[in-house]
Amino acid sequence: MPPLLASSLQIDLHFLDYAIMVIYVVFVLGIGFALKRYMKNSEDFLISGRSIPAWVTGLAFISANLGALEVIGMAASGAKYGMLTTHFYWIGAIVAMVFLAIFMMPFYYGSKARSAPEYLKMRFDEKTRGLNSVSFAVMTILGSGISMHALADLLSKLLGWNYDLSLVICSVVVMMYIFKGGLTSAIYTEVVQFFLIVFGFAPVVFLGLKEIGGWEGLTAKLHTVGANSQSMGLTDNQLGETAWTSMWSNLGDASANSMGINWIGLVFGLGFVLSFGYWCTNFLVVQRAMAANSMRAARNTPIIATIPKMIFPLLVIVPGLIAVALESSALSSPSADSYAIARKEVKIDDAAWKTLESRIVAQDASFSPMAAAGAVLAATPDAKSYNKPVIAGIVEKIRKENLAPEQARSLIQNNLGERDYNNVITSLLNRYCPTGLLGLALTALLASFMSGMAGNVTAFNTVWTYDIYQSYFAKDKSDAHYMWMGRVATVVCIILSIGFAYVARQFDNIMDLLQLVFGFVNAPIFAAFLFGMFWKRATGHAAFFGVLLGTIVSALFYGFTVVKDGSAWFTSGENALYTFQSAMTQNFWLALASFGTAALVMLIVSLVTKRTKSDEELKGLVYSLTPKQVDADAPWYAKPAISGVIILIVCVALNIYFA
Amino acid sequence: MDIRNPIGLLFTLLGALLIGWGLFGGEEAATAKNVPEAININLWWGIVMLVFGLIMLGLAICAAKKSKCQDGKCCCGE
Repeated sequence: MPPLLASSLQIDLHFLDYAIMVIYVVFVLGIGFALKRYMKNSEDFLISGRSIPAWVTGLAFISANLGALEVIGMAASGAKYGMLTTHFYWIGAIVAMVFLAIFMMPFYYGSKARSAPEYLKMRFDEKTRGLNSVSFAVMTILGSGISMHALADLLSKLLGWNYDLSLVICSVVVMMYIFKGGLTSAIYTEVVQFFLIVFGFAPVVFLGLKEIGGWEGLTAKLHTVGANSQSMGLTDNQLGETAWTSMWSNLGDASANSMGINWIGLVFGLGFVLSFGYWCTNFLVVQRAMAANSMRAARNTPIIATIPKMIFPLLVIVPGLIAVALESSALSSPSADSYAIARKEVKIDDAAWKTLESRIVAQDASFSPMAAAGAVLAATPDAKSYNKPVIAGIVEKIRKENLAPEQARSLIQNNLGERDYNNVITSLLNRYCPTGLLGLALTALLASFMSGMAGNVTAFNTVWTYDIYQSYFAKDKSDAHYMWMGRVATVVCIILSIGFAYVARQFDNIMDLLQLVFGFVNAPIFAAFLFGMFWKRATGHAAFFGVLLGTIVSALFYGFTVVKDGSAWFTSGENALYTFQSAMTQNFWLALASFGTAALVMLIVSLVTKRTKSDEELKGLVYSLTPKQVDADAPWYAKPAISGVIILIVCVALNIYFA
Repeated sequence: MDIRNPIGLLFTLLGALLIGWGLFGGEEAATAKNVPEAININLWWGIVMLVFGLIMLGLAICAAKKSKCQDGKCCCGE
């Protein structure tokens, strides 16, 4: 019964499972080595020489974003928040991706900039580029470090591999294929990884739906979850039946849904600032589109990417829904098997266990399993009362199978703590997959880590080599020198990421903190790009100070507001300026405040400073000064404006269907 | 390099492996766990992957042939 042992869960792999992983690694390395001979100059290596067809860049675009943090995090959110999580896809991504394709790609690609910071240099000035490239370079290293930590942590807990060894082996694989084939091999392997992720997770979803009785079975169970959200320990206050199945109907009031948000914060904070800030300005994804082989291919890249992005909730969020729905069966029939999400381990006090041990293990009819579970919970402060039925089920099992006291204790301890949402995916893999399929699914997980990491590394390489090294350290070197630098940057980036992975290992909540810092940086930068592309009057000083002040306002905002029951950096709970229902609401409003500040500062400073660039210099960089893209000779589906509108209609339909 | 070649090869190989395991790996090893009906998931999913891999390979071979004869007349299926 694998789910029972969940939180100490260690999966035993068969030779075949290892073979599948090894075959995958051989293939990605092979791609890197095969591409080596195409790497003739620094542009081949760092920006793929603008040579890749749209369907490849489109899938890479989505794959670079689909790092393991995304896969694990979205499944966790699916369990925690239900269908509300799909907002991160259908509101929080699709609209921004279509906007990028139609309105922004012409400038990124048409300007011939080699990176997003370089566009800022062409459009504004050197200091804006400097600010953006340094903060971006730091972010990518932190991002890939965290991603690697998560991978090594998972492999060591799940498969019992050595942490250091998993960390080094996985990062060396990524380093080797990027070192050989540069951005091209990162993009090509991302396509392989894309298909692996799809083929690895799809059967798990299929089997989960089979167990739970299809979509109708899932919906019915999720209604039970919503109606019992408080007793299941999912929310502090009791929510309605549709809390886990509906996208919009509970967003009128922040206390009526599991995220603690209302629709205004969601639509403007997530749907506008955060999603546009990420998809339209983050060089990690934009770089894929900039590597396309023609202007039309570049504009179609984000459009092609929206199609898998729209379907992905089925692969990454539905597992979370299935897991939490399975948990609801514990409500009606106490049984250890109804346990789908692993628990964090909690230690039972030695003295308390001594008094309970004999009564639990013995066949004491006067001490029912439910009473035993109650006694264990009462004696353990960190234990969660919603685990009671499950613990009762375990006591029953202990008695039936005559387990030894030590074994009984560890079994109970493993299932006593709070839900470990990060284990949703792995719990389900273990629940359904036989040998073979298990290897495939784990390989998919491995692939998602590598694609996310490779995205960070290649973006870092380009920004470091062109925007920092070439601009500030070595201006007029030969192209071969920059190519060499690109390779050095690959190695250095990986080494720094490994270092940061160890830092991340020391701090439990570093991931949350970094998510927040990413928000600090992305939201104001979006203002700079937006004004830069659509207002020719916007000046360099305006962009620089807008971004700077926007970031500072983010920090102040975070410092002086609190989340319910939490404390802020500069103030205690009572003195805070505002108290938010949840960290996510705080995040959304923070993004809005920071974007708003940056936009306001840019507006004012632009009007009081002199333009430094003439209309002629801004041709191809600003909307009003650039000839419109004509697609007269393209078939309808290759016209971004038409396919983009179709995508948006489908997206609206999805929102209405799941409203 | 046409990326469909390695993708096609990889999935054909993995598909074949899963099919082999589903057929000869023994009943327990190949059946999905915790699901009400017995599904030989390795076999079925292996077939799906094999078909996908072969389609990718086919498309790659087709494109290679097409690029060899510039006029595009000797395309696959003609």
